[in-house]
Amino acid sequence: MTLYWIGSLALLLVVLPIVVLLLNGVLVEARAIVPTVEHIAQVARAGSADLDAAPLLLTTQDQAIKTIENVAAYGGSLDVILDDATQGS
Amino acid sequence: MPAPGAILLVAVVLIVLALVYHLVLTIVALRRIVAALDETIAAVGEIVAKSGPVNDVVLTINAHLGAGVSALEGLLVKKAGMRDALGLVEGVYPGASAAGFRDFPDSTTTKAPRISEVYTRGVLTLARLGREAPIAAASPDGPAVRNATRSAKSAMDLYPDVRHTRPEKLPRSPVIGTDSPVQYPEGVL
Repeated sequence: MTLYWIGSLALLLVVLPIVVLLLNGVLVEARAIVPTVEHIAQVARAGSADLDAAPLLLTTQDQAIKTIENVAAYGGSLDVILDDATQGS
Repeated sequence: MPAPGAILLVAVVLIVLALVYHLVLTIVALRRIVAALDETIAAVGEIVAKSGPVNDVVLTINAHLGAGVSALEGLLVKKAGMRDALGLVEGVYPGASAAGFRDFPDSTTTKAPRISEVYTRGVLTLARLGREAPIAAASPDGPAVRNATRSAKSAMDLYPDVRHTRPEKLPRSPVIGTDSPVQYPEGVL
């Protein structure tokens, strides 16, 4: 009967607090992760939205090619019009 | 029921209730984490898909711009000469001549003349554009800009210290005329 008492009291006064403490620790850590992960998701969505203009780089590429072609044509004309530098200048 | 049995029953019930309460809340939190991670993975996938071709496009743009810069630098050196080209670059972008021209390794060791100390940037740019610039237009003999004897060097010879770092040693204004102490070559002034 004494052992029965000891076992019951141990279950109530030792095992129960330990179980509650461990479960509470797991819950606190899980809840702490939630805002961090949601913030990461928000940042990832913002980063994806920032890259919506990336296809415009194709237009930039075309414009750069045309600009360089015009500069080359202009430089060719300048090469014909202007005299070359004298030696030693 | 004996007292120890009641205590045991209460303890078991409390343990089960604590398990249920904490595990349910943990499951809710884990579900929110899973949902947020799903959104993150989807957004990261979009980022990867959108940024995939960026590298090639930027490299292509850089290659074309680099070719343009090389062509313009080559034209500038060909038309103005290495020293004057560096002087022009230094005049328009102070300090830039130290880097030199990318296709001319000796440009890093060539000392750039201080063209910008004689002419303002605007005049300098116009002068380098052609013979009809104001500097050349004032010269009745035609292309003065690319003539080494009548370009910026002549003005620098007149006032070698135009920065006025030594005001007490600055020479007087040059006296011109047939009886002047210093006779400059005809056409210089």
